[in-house]
Amino acid sequence: MNFLYLFVIVPLLMMACVAVSKDATTIKRIMAVGSGIQLVLSFVLLAWFVDLRSSGVEDAMLFRSDLVWYPDLDIQMSLGVDGISVLMIVLSAIIVFTGSMTSWAMQDKVKEYFLWFLMLSIGVFGFFITVDLFAMFMFYEIALIPMYLLIGVWGTGKKEYSAMKLTLMLMGGSAFLLLGILGIYFFSGAETMNLLEIAKHGVEKSAQNWLFPVTFLGFGVLGALFPFHTWSPDGHASAPTAVSMLHAGVLMKLGGYGCLRVAIFLMPEGAEAYTTLFLVLTGISVLYGALGAIAQTDLKYINAYSSVSHCGMVLFGILMINKTAMTGAAMQMLSHGLMTALFFCLIGGIYGRTHTREISQMGGLARIMPFMAVCWVIAAMANLGLPGLSGFVSEMNIFVGSFQHPDTFHRVITIIACCSIVVTAVYQLRVVGKIHFGEVVNEHHKELTDATWYERVSAVTLILFIAAIGCLPFIPMDIIDDSLFNMFPAFAN
Amino acid sequence: MNYLEQVTYMKPEMLLLAQVVLLILLDLFSGKTIKKQFDNIACGLFIVCSVISALPANTGEAFGGMFTTTSMTQIVKAILNLGTILVFLQARVWANNEQTKHKRSEIYILTLSTLMGMNLMISAGHFLLFYLGLELASLPLTTLIAYNKYEETSIEAGAKFVLIAAFSSGMMLFGISLFYGAVGAEGLYFDSMSELLSATPLQLLALVFFLSGLAFKISLVPFHLWTADVYQGAPTNVSAYLSVISKGAAVFALMFLTLKLFGNIFEYWQYIVATLIVLTITIGNLFAMRQTNVKRFLGFSSISQAGYIMLGMMGIGTGDPMGMTSVVFYLLVYLVSNIGIFAVVSVIENNSNKLTISDYNGLYKTNPYLSIAMMLFLFSLGGIPPFAGFFSKFFVFMSAANDGWYVLDFIALINTVISLYYYLLIVKAMFINENENPITAIKTDGASKIGLAVCLAGTLALGIFSGVYTGLAQYAY
Repeated sequence: MNFLYLFVIVPLLMMACVAVSKDATTIKRIMAVGSGIQLVLSFVLLAWFVDLRSSGVEDAMLFRSDLVWYPDLDIQMSLGVDGISVLMIVLSAIIVFTGSMTSWAMQDKVKEYFLWFLMLSIGVFGFFITVDLFAMFMFYEIALIPMYLLIGVWGTGKKEYSAMKLTLMLMGGSAFLLLGILGIYFFSGAETMNLLEIAKHGVEKSAQNWLFPVTFLGFGVLGALFPFHTWSPDGHASAPTAVSMLHAGVLMKLGGYGCLRVAIFLMPEGAEAYTTLFLVLTGISVLYGALGAIAQTDLKYINAYSSVSHCGMVLFGILMINKTAMTGAAMQMLSHGLMTALFFCLIGGIYGRTHTREISQMGGLARIMPFMAVCWVIAAMANLGLPGLSGFVSEMNIFVGSFQHPDTFHRVITIIACCSIVVTAVYQLRVVGKIHFGEVVNEHHKELTDATWYERVSAVTLILFIAAIGCLPFIPMDIIDDSLFNMFPAFAN
Repeated sequence: MNYLEQVTYMKPEMLLLAQVVLLILLDLFSGKTIKKQFDNIACGLFIVCSVISALPANTGEAFGGMFTTTSMTQIVKAILNLGTILVFLQARVWANNEQTKHKRSEIYILTLSTLMGMNLMISAGHFLLFYLGLELASLPLTTLIAYNKYEETSIEAGAKFVLIAAFSSGMMLFGISLFYGAVGAEGLYFDSMSELLSATPLQLLALVFFLSGLAFKISLVPFHLWTADVYQGAPTNVSAYLSVISKGAAVFALMFLTLKLFGNIFEYWQYIVATLIVLTITIGNLFAMRQTNVKRFLGFSSISQAGYIMLGMMGIGTGDPMGMTSVVFYLLVYLVSNIGIFAVVSVIENNSNKLTISDYNGLYKTNPYLSIAMMLFLFSLGGIPPFAGFFSKFFVFMSAANDGWYVLDFIALINTVISLYYYLLIVKAMFINENENPITAIKTDGASKIGLAVCLAGTLALGIFSGVYTGLAQYAY
């Protein structure tokens, strides 16, 4: 059996255990142990992958296996990973682990909550391990629907509205996506849904002209592409903490990953024809998200808009179609996933104590909860791109890569997108200064406690990885490069 | 040719006929002890007969082409039988309530007669037999719809249905007569008629009238106006039968008829049906959003589902078995999901008499298992993986795309988002909305439990295990 199946089987087993267990503490222990196992497995996979590569295995995808599923329709359960997907699996495992830890205080309908949470994680892992269009699409949708109930039942604020908006917009995106998948299948003539086979065959050039925008839009909605990003602020703001972490941290990466793996990889000619349009849209995402974050006063909204901006950067980098920018985009997926998860984890902690997310009602929290404040500052620094942390390497790569295009359009759009770095600094420092330093605004806040052990575990885990990527960027970059060379042989020279 | 052997081709119909006669006799002449067990006897008999008729049998043409069977007709008849068993299981409580207990045998007798009519429609090789089956399938249904004769809505629904049925038969008959006028005496049977069709204006006019008549049965927009009223008024289990079996049989009949008869004019058929699909899916969805009564809601939802079924049919002319397989598979999945929903609705109605969507608020707190079952069925109808509905939807889209109908696919896809909205409204009512006095905890009766279990198993397994689809594909043509 293929090693990769474990990433779907382990959560399934966890679901079974959670379903039969009686009390909340047992369920949480199952979650902690199970997601811990997944984390270990993901690192085993990473080490194994690196080892195989260094021993000279040169296939585009490793751990390949095909299980015929619907023979009449050429649908197979094809598994396989390359560098980018391995890193995404590691990222997902980290976020699922820290998300489960953050949910330790969960009281209401614990069993149902974790069952949906696990279903979400199955969708995410499944998406990254498959190379079959049908299976990818199926896992993509499996990841979407639990969001509705997770936000609708356990959320805060205008949760019903947000849950419905998020689900319908993402499903709208997947409607485009399905059309794209059907088109790719029939116009490739490869009689298979397997990505690698289709890539060898190529998709008819005339069809790429309408298939590329359809597919890119389909994934782009999940990647918060302007003007289809509006689900993101509402959804993130209403979702419970761990769900925000998983959603902003991993689920939005499905969009970027899909754009790279399906849209651009399979339809390079279509991509060339449409880069201008989509670069403008992603450029708007980047800058508009950052400006939107300035205008917000709710901590979760600030971070949600910041996510729009940073995820926009992922798509921006991908659309540059050169090695440096694409490496940066993949790095940005990792980096943004980690730091957003850290932010949402801390916001959840602060909101759980102060019962407010309005920045005007908080102040001087650094004196009351120093641990959380320090973590926050680290996250903010990573977010605005301080060297030594993960944000710097990824944004640096994206913008350097973008500037390699010599024509005016690319130069201008890069400069515009670069402005977002300054804006990011503005809103991050404003929040840090306002809520963590200065006078204590509310006297009641003085009695609050600092982070609990499970919050410390999640925050420290995330910070470790953020710093590791920042200090040793060459490790993930080598792995990413390797898979980019396989996908785009032209990059090798 | 041995006529006795030809009769064996009609095994499912013959068995149904025997059951109907036997049940009438049993009802007339049996003693009290047997009457008490009537439900069990009727169901047991039907299950045994369904199994027998589902066994592989000779296929071919009987009576000079009047009646044709293929492996696929056998399969779809078995599917309809399965659905009818599920409806019978959930109808127990309703059949045995105080007001109508004395005449419950009629439920079984009438239902089985309509089923026989549907089987005849599916196997017909001549318009005469087709029309006979159609009428046999409609008229007993009227009495079933008006079965709760002390309820005005039920009577009203019955009256509406019989008028509509008569009207649509009239339209269809007009179409049929035009067909015969166009091809003359050379083409009495389908196989000879199909060669004579060549898209002359008269034939196309005949096609339009004929399709309109059948569209009433499948409740395609703009021939859907009766659907919601009748579903609302009819007893819940009869609505289940109407929405799945009756509709399914009409779809199957149209499918086989199209293959047998309309090969030459398939292109025109496609344009007519494509228009109907766009209207059906869109209008069905838009109206479903605004409903407050669960049964009306399910009525509109089943209208839009009919559009998706027809979408699969767009691909049957390509010669690829994908088209027929996707239609039959979609119907099978739709059958287990929709009958499942109706089973939940019927259990709730029998226990609390509540039928508006707002009554379902907070259902999860008091009846977690029913709510979860309902949610899974709704997800399946909405096309959410890993439930079977996702797979069946994907396959009908694929079938239409196979013939190049991408724009149609796109419209239908956008509509799945709308449909998800209203399916989620029910999920929201059950899981999220608060309610001061929710429906009290319900003890589901044994028969409905079995039915629900079968539906759940189907909804969960049909897609993930590809065996059923692959099996169907072997016999599709």
